[in-house]
Parts: sequence; C-alpha cells; structure tokens
Amino acid sequence: MIKMTDISKSFSGNKVLKNVDFTLEKGEIHALMGENGAGKSTLMKVMSGIYTRDSGIIEVKGQKVDFTSPKQAEEAGIAVIHQELNILPHLSIADNLFLGREETIGRTGILKTKQMEKKTHQILLDLGLDVDPSDPASTLSVGKQQIVEIAKAISVNAEVIIMDEPTAALTDREIDNLFKTIRELQKRGVSFIYISHRMEEIFSLCDRITILRDGEFVGERKISETSFDEIVQMMVGRELGDRFPQRKSTIGEIKLAVKGLNRKGCFEDISFELRKGEVLSIAGLMGAGRTEVVQSLFGYKKLDSGSIEFDGKQVKIDTPKKAKEMGIGYVTEDRKSEGLIVDFSVEENVSMTNLAAISKNGLISKDKERKLYDTMVKRLGIRTSGPHQAAKSLSGGNQQKVVIAKWLGIEPELLILDEPTRGVDVGAKKEIYSIINELAERGVAILMISSELPEVIGMADRVLVMHEGKITADLSKNEMTQERIMHFATGGEKLAVEEQ
Amino acid sequence: MQLKNNNQSVLQKIAPFIGLILIIVIITILNPGFLSVSNLMNVLRQVSINALIAFGMTFVILTGGIDLSVGATLALTGAVSAGMMASGMDPIFAMLLGLLLGAVLGAINGIIIAKGKVAPFIATLATMTIYRGLTLVYTDGRPISGLGDSLTFQMLGKGYFFGIPIPVVTMMVSFGILYFILKKTTFGRRVYAVGGNEEASILSGINSDRIKIYVYSLLGLLAALSALILTSRLNSAQPTAGEMFELDAIAAVVLGGTSLTGGRGWIVGTLIGALIIGVLNNGLNLIGVPSFFQQVVKGAVILLAVLLDRKKTT
Ligand SMILES: Nc1ncnc2c1ncn2[C@@H]1O[C@H](COP(=O)(O)OP(=O)(O)OP(=O)(O)O)[C@@H](O)[C@H]1O
Ligand SMILES: [Mg+2]
Repeated sequence: MIKMTDISKSFSGNKVLKNVDFTLEKGEIHALMGENGAGKSTLMKVMSGIYTRDSGIIEVKGQKVDFTSPKQAEEAGIAVIHQELNILPHLSIADNLFLGREETIGRTGILKTKQMEKKTHQILLDLGLDVDPSDPASTLSVGKQQIVEIAKAISVNAEVIIMDEPTAALTDREIDNLFKTIRELQKRGVSFIYISHRMEEIFSLCDRITILRDGEFVGERKISETSFDEIVQMMVGRELGDRFPQRKSTIGEIKLAVKGLNRKGCFEDISFELRKGEVLSIAGLMGAGRTEVVQSLFGYKKLDSGSIEFDGKQVKIDTPKKAKEMGIGYVTEDRKSEGLIVDFSVEENVSMTNLAAISKNGLISKDKERKLYDTMVKRLGIRTSGPHQAAKSLSGGNQQKVVIAKWLGIEPELLILDEPTRGVDVGAKKEIYSIINELAERGVAILMISSELPEVIGMADRVLVMHEGKITADLSKNEMTQERIMHFATGGEKLAVEEQ
Repeated sequence: MQLKNNNQSVLQKIAPFIGLILIIVIITILNPGFLSVSNLMNVLRQVSINALIAFGMTFVILTGGIDLSVGATLALTGAVSAGMMASGMDPIFAMLLGLLLGAVLGAINGIIIAKGKVAPFIATLATMTIYRGLTLVYTDGRPISGLGDSLTFQMLGKGYFFGIPIPVVTMMVSFGILYFILKKTTFGRRVYAVGGNEEASILSGINSDRIKIYVYSLLGLLAALSALILTSRLNSAQPTAGEMFELDAIAAVVLGGTSLTGGRGWIVGTLIGALIIGVLNNGLNLIGVPSFFQQVVKGAVILLAVLLDRKKTT
C-alpha cells in the first residue's frame, strides 16, 4: 500500500530521520513505536506532505508520490489524525467534521446544514458518542474532540488512516469503541498506521510493528511473533527492568488537609488528607471533576466553600502565585494550552516558574538561567537540540518533561501532577516514576491524577476515586485492584474507610 | 526573543531593516538631498514622537493587547500640563504632573482590560472617546499657549545636545532602557509570557493582571512624554493633538514584525518600523508627491511590507 525507502529529514542541521524504511500492507494495522523524539510523528508528517523530506522515496500503491500538502495526501486516500488536535472550538461539531468539504446545494455555497448534522450524528453514534452535532465543539471534552477528529478521518473514506496517539485522552470505554470501529474498517480493507506508547493497545490491536530509535529504523516484527520485552528492548536499546521502580519513603506528618471543598457544578464535599512523603492518587473517569479539584487547590479556580490546612495552618489559596510561594507545584494536564508557552525556547519555559530565583533586582542572570536549564535537562533526560529550541518543536514526551522541569526548579513541598505520563514513552515513564519516588523519599507530598489504572496501582500509596464530582472511595495500597477502582469510578456505592 | 532559534527567524527579523534600506535607496536616487545631515536630523526628530509611543505600544501588543486611546491620552496630558504652566505653576512640576497623569490614564485602561475583562480594542476605543472628550472640555476646544520660557521645557522639544535634537536623544535613551527591560528583566520576560500563553503564565504563578496594568501604564507615560515634546515644539497644546497617532504607532509595531496576537516580536523592529514611516513621510515630500496622494503611497507601502513579511514566515 505504502512503501517508504531511505527517508531522511533534518531540522536546522539536526538529523531527525536517518534512512528510515517503512512498509504498510493493505488491510493491516501497523504499529509505529519508539521513544519520545524517535521521529514517529515526523515520519508521518513527511508521508502526508506536511514536511518535505531531504531524501528518500515514497510510493503509494506502487506509484512514486511527492505530496506537497496534506490536501494532496487526502486526495490520494491518506487521512491523518495528528497528535495535536485540530478542532475549531467555536464551530459546531458538524461544521468541524465537514470542514473543507461541506455539502452544499449545487455550487451555490449554501450549506445543507441539516443533512450534514444528520450524517455527523450517525458517524459519531457508530463511535459511541451521542451528542448534538449543532453544539459548538468547545462543549466537548478533549477526549470527545479526539473522537470527532477520528470521525473526520473515517468519513472521508480514506484507504489509509494514520493515527498519532489517538487514545492519549480517551476513556476506556471510548477506546473500546474506537478499536471496534478500527477493526470494522479493517475488514473493509482500510489500512492503519497506529502510533501509541501503550503496549497493551499495540498487542491487542495491531498486526505488525515497526520500531524507530533516534530517527533510525530498528526493525519490523509480526505482533504474533514478538513480545513485550523484545519491543521495549528494541525501543530503548537496553533492558528496562521493572515498570514501576521501588520507593523507600517514610510517610510523615500531614502536609495538606482539605475539608468539605465545594465548587458548584464541578465537585462537592471533597475531604482528604495528604502526608509528607506520600503519593496520593486521584482516579476516576474523565470529567469526574478531578482536574477541577486540584485547580481549586492551586488557586486557579475559585472554591465556593471548604477549608484548606497546609502544614497544620488554615490557609486561603486564591491565586496560583500564592500556591507557588507556599511551595505547591502543579504539572498541568494539557501541556500545550496550560503547561507551555510553545513559542518560547525550552530554557525560557523552564525559567517560567523560577524567574525570582534566577534574577536579582528584576534582572535575569543568564548564567543562572542556563545553569537551571542544564540541571533540569540532565535530571530529567530531556532531549533537545539546545536551550534555544522552541518548545513547540519538541516531541510530545519531551514537552511533558519540560513541564515537570518547570516545577522541580521551585523545590516543591507539595507537587500536584495531572496525568503526568500522558503520551510519554515507556522509558521516560519510568524516569518520571523515579522522579516522583525520589521526591517522595525527600518528604515531598505527591498528589497525582491518573487515568491509567496500572500506573495508579503501581505508584500510589493511597487512591481516592471520584465519580461525578464526589469522592466515592478512599483505598489503601492493599485494597487497590483495577476492578475495585473501576467499580467506584463508575458510581458504585461509597465505601467509607471509617466503616471498615 | 529567540534570535538564535533558527535561521528563519533571523531572516524574519532583518526583513524590516532591508525594507528600510530599500526605501532610503529609492528616495535618495530620486532626490539625493534626502541624505543631507540636516534633513536626516529632521527625519529623526519627526520620528521621535511616533517612536516613543510605538515603543510603549510594543509592550502592549506583546501582551496580546492594543491601545487606541494613546492619541487622546497625548492630547489630554499635553493640555493639562500646558494649562498648569499657563496658570503659572512651576514648569517642572507641571511636566511631572503630566507624566503622572499619562501613567494613570494608561493604568485605567489596564485595569478595565485586566480586571473588567473587557477586550482591549473595545476598552480603549471607549476611553479614547472619553479622553478626547475630556480634553475638549478642559481646553474648551481652544489651543493653550503662553507657556512661559522655562529653559527645561523649551529644550525638551527644541533643544540640541551636541548637535542632536533633544527629542531624538530622548527617543534613543528611552529605546535603550526599554530594550534592556524587555531583554534582560523578569518583567520583560513576563510580558512575552503573558502574550505567548496567558493561561500557562497564570498557572506558572505569574500575576498577568498586574503585567497588563503595567504595560498600559508604561504606554500612557510614554504618550505623556511625547505630549510634552510636542507641546514644547509647538509652544502650545492643541485639543486635536495626537489624532491618528495610535494608528501610526500600531503600524510601526507591525512593520517591525511584532505579532498582533502577542508573544512574539522585538522593540528593535519597532524602531525600524517607526523609521520607515518617518522616512516615507519626509521622502514623499522631498520627491514632490502631492500630499493627498502621499497617504495612498504610505498605506500601500505598509501593506506591501507586511505582506512580504508574512510570505517569509510561511
Ligand atoms: N519543526 C521542527 N523543528 C525542529 N525540530 C523538530 C521539529 N519537529 C520535530 N523536531 C524534532 O524531531 C525529533 C522527532 O520528533 P517527533 O515529533 O517526530 O517525535 P515522536 O517520535 O513523534 O515523539 P513523541 O512520542 O514524543 O510524540 C525531536 O527531537 C524533535 O525535537
Ligand atoms: Mg509524536
């Protein structure tokens, strides 16, 4: 179907793809894996005409092609769902779906709105999403917007669909529906290229896998003939060992105690305690109100009522600035819109939270700024071409590390992490876990929101489960199981710890 | 901000400079008199007022804002200072009062925008009308003259410093200070940050409201400084002073390559942008373009420059 040979691509002298080969057969689901920054997204952008390659040959159905725009690729039957969402928030869902190929009455330009909305409704229903297609896209959660993107690709009747980490923001149920649709389309002869950092998905969905490392082709395997360990080995070039590193922290006194937090329409009656050196996780489905709770703790959203005690003292946190000064860090969920200034360099992004520390009398010290950058890049293993690389040109996983780096600089006493490993590769995930452990061992209190249950169970000392704005369970390490967490996350009865 | 980032942005940054050189070359070919020292000083002096305002406008635009009220701010602060002087107040004190008033008028803009969450375009459109109206009320629609002969005040618009007009010196000194602030201070960094991504800035513990109020105040202060220079040069304050100045300032900022969406740009570009406009104003006169037609040419050149700039970025 598609054959790419000897593809190379560099950005301002930095070789990102080095003689990569890639073949996609008709009707297969082909996984593309590699560490953050390995060049997966770049390879796909080269294929679909967003980037021009420096050298190499691309053939589609035996014909050499030279796409110069994504539009041309689409006309050749190749649709791409990018890692970054391309939703126009103010347009309706149907408008988004039909953007650029609207159905009109003849050539008049008058839109057949009703008809498009009806089709949209049907396509989305097939993907398990029941929404009013005339609503603005901004009313959808990130996960649901992702589904609209997927629907868009499906509805152009593409022969090849490229999905770059489509499930990073989806709930388990949404993922199930997506996989069903993919298999359905596969039966009709559609081929897929599927990029993901989630091993489980690759093994349950894909037929073959190609692995890249540092922009080089490492190998291709049939999924049925390979193993978890072999793939990891190929990706990182060494044994990785345990997925979740050991932690030897002693849980100390209470760092944070919240009582009866309320915010209308978001969450109610949230009470919990978090101790020094403890990793407390908040689990729940997307939209359960987890992010709102921590944003209120961080002073970004207003609380309607409730009390917060920090180090045993009653406090009022009404701005993120105040939270930061108290030693609270917040690694945000959405790195593009909340975590990074994408036009800033990596160095400038790291400095964002540390301006006071790297300056004197309001003057930024270049030396201190560079030192902070160097320390953080080393500590987190961030892959950049240098301090001046723009954050937007980093790979997704490395962007995530930059957001974490911002907050490590302030030496936080309480670190809130919202989906800290979303879109992060296996190796880097483990590094992030190690950082969390190291912080906890030093007595930092950790509050971690995560939708990945294995991660919750592997990392947390205790887990709070939220459902529709309320805490439905507070489970200790030995009470945690995937089934149990899912049970409470979907609205099971409250299992009060004090009753046990 | 990211001069060293990649080659493309360097090219982008020198584009306005190339444009300026090109215009100068064309005008000089048509009238070599353009390059005489006296004419160049003249151009620089004419540029200085617009440049001062444009420097402040750069800060505002970098945060993603805009200020349409600067022209009116200039008129009101000029009139109030002049009025004080005419009524016999100590000129130095009257000037300081004018500067303070400028900062306050700017701060009002900033507060409406930051705390009232009003779109900058609308907020300053409204205050533009208010400030202009207040000027008319204060002056009763008549120029204020009879400003006395304080040396400091007279020098401000008409004096020379080692042969360089004082307004030009003021412009260059301000440029130096503001360049330094944007480039080297935490405040400058925060200005870029707020314009680049306000949400991320707030979540990084930056008080974005305060930054916004500061940049509008700074612009108000610079508008007041321009007002004093203008008043000194004309020896009177006109109630209609500064009309359309906001547009020249915005044009200078945009010509200099600063993005109207905020977060990207630099003040050196603004200086060049202001020079382009000044050189055009002066040059078109020199080569004898009829004054009505000058506006057409000026607009066309601005459009062309911006279009070329866009071409380069994509
Ligand atoms: N426009 C660009 N300019 C400069 N460098 C770039 C650009 N786009 C990508 N890169 C660099 O190319 C490398 C590969 O990036 P790419 O996005 O392809 O990685 P990836 O494999 O998709 O990673 P991830 O799993 O994190 O999404 C990275 O080091 C990145 O910094
Ligand atoms: Mg990628």
